[in-house]
Amino acid sequence: MIKLLTDNWSAFLSGFGWTILSSILALFFSLVIGSLVAILEVLPNKFARIVGNVYVEIFRNIPLLVITMFFYLVIPLYVVKINGFTAGTIGLTIYTSAFIAETVRAGINSVDIGQMEAARSQGMTFWQAMRYIVLPQAFKLVIPPLGNQFVNLVKNSSVLAFVAGFDLMYQANAVASQTFDTVNTYLVVGIFYLVITLPISYYMQYLERKLA
Amino acid sequence: MMKRLSKLVLIITSLLLFLSLSACGSKPLSEQNVLENAKADKTITWGVKADTKLIGLIDVKDGQEKGFEIDLAKAITQQMLGKKAKAKFVTVTSQSRIPLLKNGNIDAIIATMTITPERKETIDFSKSYFDAGQSILVKKGSSVKNVQDLNGKTIIGVVGSNSVQNVKKFAPKAQVLQLPDYAQALTALKSGQGDALTTDNVILAGMAVNNPGYELTGKPFTTEPYGIGINKGQKEFQTAINQALDELIKNGTYNKLIKKWFGDVPGFDYKGVLRND
Repeated sequence: MIKLLTDNWSAFLSGFGWTILSSILALFFSLVIGSLVAILEVLPNKFARIVGNVYVEIFRNIPLLVITMFFYLVIPLYVVKINGFTAGTIGLTIYTSAFIAETVRAGINSVDIGQMEAARSQGMTFWQAMRYIVLPQAFKLVIPPLGNQFVNLVKNSSVLAFVAGFDLMYQANAVASQTFDTVNTYLVVGIFYLVITLPISYYMQYLERKLA
Repeated sequence: MMKRLSKLVLIITSLLLFLSLSACGSKPLSEQNVLENAKADKTITWGVKADTKLIGLIDVKDGQEKGFEIDLAKAITQQMLGKKAKAKFVTVTSQSRIPLLKNGNIDAIIATMTITPERKETIDFSKSYFDAGQSILVKKGSSVKNVQDLNGKTIIGVVGSNSVQNVKKFAPKAQVLQLPDYAQALTALKSGQGDALTTDNVILAGMAVNNPGYELTGKPFTTEPYGIGINKGQKEFQTAINQALDELIKNGTYNKLIKKWFGDVPGFDYKGVLRND
């Protein structure tokens, strides 16, 4: 196992790097898009609510692989050429943002309606009340489920392997098929994923304790 | 602190458990005799391709595997075990075929696998049953005429096939993308994710049959003798397969199958792969 690791160190390391990069990008953008969609879903405007709802229901209910394949194989045919890494990261972002939207929406809904009413009665606009009163409380409530989504996102980034995105899983497939040492290769890769996901889990637990 | 410690212990023990489980499962298999098992239940389980036209392809209409390798596997099975014997087929990919053989899910691999020294360290091979050569498939009218033209361009291959390692020798400056299977690799070529698709000429010829906008270009730049993959330590099974293969070549069945599948494939010279003893 040690020999496997030293022989293929550069492959594993570059895969690790691409996985982290993809995860960070997808995490950032899915958090932004997810929060925006969540707000759409709680707006007084009925049309906005429908738009938010349709977004969530479509992307939450299509397999991640299908979304990714669509960006890798179909979009380049008709729109613009995108490589595997980008296609995978876009797929990951859209898919995860649907789940984050649902999580954040649940958070917003569980903040007492009186908070919004009180803020509005003090002369705040809807957006001000959202920004300063409701969202801070909502995010605090949804830290545990958000942590779950982040961990899932990192693991789901293995979808990049199917579109030649050079991530950990892609490198693992290549190494396994060259060395024929399947068991150890996937064990090593499992440990690499733990190196990313365990700190996220612990940080989320820490945040939960600190803010609760 | 205690909580964190007990969590760590739990993680380590579960990892150890997983390791020991994976270690003890494989022992009895190496002591089994594949040939005797096959004779006892009159069945050989073959790992075959399901996505390769002309070679091994699952027909969506009736769910049956069809292709040269499928027919050859059936012929070998009957030659070895008699007319009533059954050939069972399990779909494999370039990536999964050796692990599936090693863990005993299949008795033999007949799935466009080239005999290479690296693979011989892990498994045993029969005699070569087909001589393929690596080539490239491009869109008609492409500026790529042979493998050297691919320097600085992007080549699509399939994970686990030796063609992705080979092509780096002939076009060292090319970028290689490895996709999970041939169907996907071909779709990626059509989407413009790469400039050429590389693998063995027979496989590419099958793709060109279905996709008239694409053609094989240049001469094959390697020789790829295909062999039937067998687990190490199964000498009797290996000998029996080799004998069956010799018989099929001698009685003309082999050439009949070659003609049946490759007789009128554009861009593929079937006469070059006929065998006469």
